[in-house]
Amino acid sequence: MTEPKKLAIIVHSNTLDKLYPILFLASTGGAMDMEVNLFFTFWGMNAIKKGGLDSAALPGLMRIGTGMMKRKIKNTKVPTLTKLLEMARMTDQVKLYACSTTMELMDISKDELIPEVDGIVGAASFLSIAQDADVQLFI
Amino acid sequence: MVEVDIEVDSRGTFCPMPIVQINKVAKNASSGEIIRLMATDPGSERDVPAWTQKTGNELIETTQNGDTFEFLIRVK
Repeated sequence: MTEPKKLAIIVHSNTLDKLYPILFLASTGGAMDMEVNLFFTFWGMNAIKKGGLDSAALPGLMRIGTGMMKRKIKNTKVPTLTKLLEMARMTDQVKLYACSTTMELMDISKDELIPEVDGIVGAASFLSIAQDADVQLFI
Repeated sequence: MVEVDIEVDSRGTFCPMPIVQINKVAKNASSGEIIRLMATDPGSERDVPAWTQKTGNELIETTQNGDTFEFLIRVK
């Protein structure tokens, strides 16, 4: 088998409409034997705080429609964000990294992060992975 | 006629569930076993061949019956 393809995503947002595509891609990438690297920075950091995925809402004024969207998601049998992350992680191909500078800026301690986070890293670590990645996205 | 070893029913679910489910089953199956995946997600018609191609599993046959796609996959 050839070297696995790599996917690198900078997760900059923690809104529902962005986290779903990110976790769809991460879980599918993992299922396609890709090595998936998610780098959480700025608002994205909220997604890997404990309880963060469950409290994700639609952005701005659309926020009021979050409940309706979540009901629609449930009725369509689309998993919750938490469940999607769990499925992505079960492939053993999906790594989560937290941006060290954002943690400092937002006063986030390591204990506040979900245990799935594989490491706290800076730009150099991301670039070293992104350089060799076949797909790079900023979401 | 190919003998099916494992049935995976993903009907009623949408992307990425059929791929996540088939991948999980394929990972735990033995090499050469045949999986029948049933899916109604219209995206699965292209997604399943993309998955088999990238993972090295073999898509033996695809059939469509109404809204249901049926994929026969030989595990690598």
